Amino acid sequence: MTGRAPRLLVGLLAACLAGSSAPAGDMVDKRSGADFMSPENRAMQADDMSNPGMFAVLDGEQLWNRPEGANGRSCAGCHGEAATSMRGVAARYPAFDERSERPIDLAGRIGECRRTRQEASPLPHESPELIALTAYVAHQSRGMPISPPQDERLAPFRDNGRRLYERRIGQLDLSCASCHDARSGERLGGSVMPQGHPTAYPLYRLEWQAVGSLQRRLRNCMIGVRAEAFAFGAPEIVELELYLMERAAGLPLETPGVRP
Amino acid sequence: MTRALINAPKTARRGEIVEIRAMLAHPMETGFRTGTMGKAIPRDIINRFVCTWNGEEIFSADLFPAIAANPYLAFTAVATESGTIAFAWTGDDGETRTAETEITVT
Ligand code: HEC
Ligand code: HEC
Repeated sequence: MTGRAPRLLVGLLAACLAGSSAPAGDMVDKRSGADFMSPENRAMQADDMSNPGMFAVLDGEQLWNRPEGANGRSCAGCHGEAATSMRGVAARYPAFDERSERPIDLAGRIGECRRTRQEASPLPHESPELIALTAYVAHQSRGMPISPPQDERLAPFRDNGRRLYERRIGQLDLSCASCHDARSGERLGGSVMPQGHPTAYPLYRLEWQAVGSLQRRLRNCMIGVRAEAFAFGAPEIVELELYLMERAAGLPLETPGVRP
Repeated sequence: MTRALINAPKTARRGEIVEIRAMLAHPMETGFRTGTMGKAIPRDIINRFVCTWNGEEIFSADLFPAIAANPYLAFTAVATESGTIAFAWTGDDGETRTAETEITVT
């Protein structure tokens, strides 16, 4: 191991200097992280009876139908059957939020509905309830292609997301592109580096032994290069999500995914 | 409340070998981890699983701390008669979570 780590980093740096990051949307052979997994992990995701992420989806279904807050309405009370009202919604988030005049991600939108429409106590980031509701809503779009909204107002935020994606950070001085564009398919220690497409969130990660959000995943990557990670819900992390969805446009959603 | 995913056929022919799969949502906390301020997180695992077919035990297992969260067990049985396949998971907390499914054998 000792002789190898420095070589990997030198290789990564050389790759960055060569500026080999592909432009958004133009990536040849876009592939979901699932394609880089072992056959065992792929089988675990493919079968709803062995995919632990389904627990979050089932919990989310119960929460969808449960009256909450001062208003006493359930999500279903306003939105009806999720299979119809929520179909395709996750494929076009983050979307522009009129109130904050910023992009909002799916979990953020659900949190807003809970706060302002149900008039219930806010759900903390990564709380099992918010993860479950997000997984349930996103699951209604499983198999549908990621289709970011063509909304001009999102453009500056997406550009900023792209800047963040290409900016080197942390003590290891690596950008997201250093790994996910220049080195995808290669190994980093025991794990294969995927292209970094957010196709399956919230997902069950074996390392977490739990279902977690895309923001949790992104924070993991930032901590991995010894950078200070953006806080859950920070504007920058939503901008990164926005750029990643644009970059992944066309790939089918898989929620709930399984990842190592 | 039991949160389990059960997969067993609804029908089978007499003598047929059927596969039964059961997964329980459970953290399987090992007892070896520490949480905030270095405080040990107490062990909390499912330690026993039993499956019965019309009350007769057909499969059982003792589980230990090295087993991952959401324990998943798959096993086979010979379909002999119609009835109820029942599942029971007992934890360190002394509680037993149960689930069952019906099968018709022709
Ligand atoms: C040092 C290399 C490295 C850097 C830098 C890095 N990542 Fe990752 N990333 C990984 C690896 C390795 C995985 C897969 C880990 C696994 O599955 O065990 C991953 C996984 C991901 C995933 C999950 C993909 C899926 O299929 O679910 C996303 C999204 C992601 N990274 C985005 C980012 C973003 C955004 C940044 C920049 C803030 C970043 N990464 C920086 C190595 C890196
Ligand atoms: C009192 C009625 C009401 C309740 C209760 C409610 N919503 Fe909403 N929801 C709305 C309305 C109206 C909109 C569209 C306007 C907007 O964007 O705020 C909306 C929008 C949404 C959207 C975005 C849809 C899109 O096409 O972009 C999602 C997702 C959503 N709600 C999820 C939920 C969830 C999950 C719950 C339960 C926790 C919930 N809502 C509870 C009224 C409600």
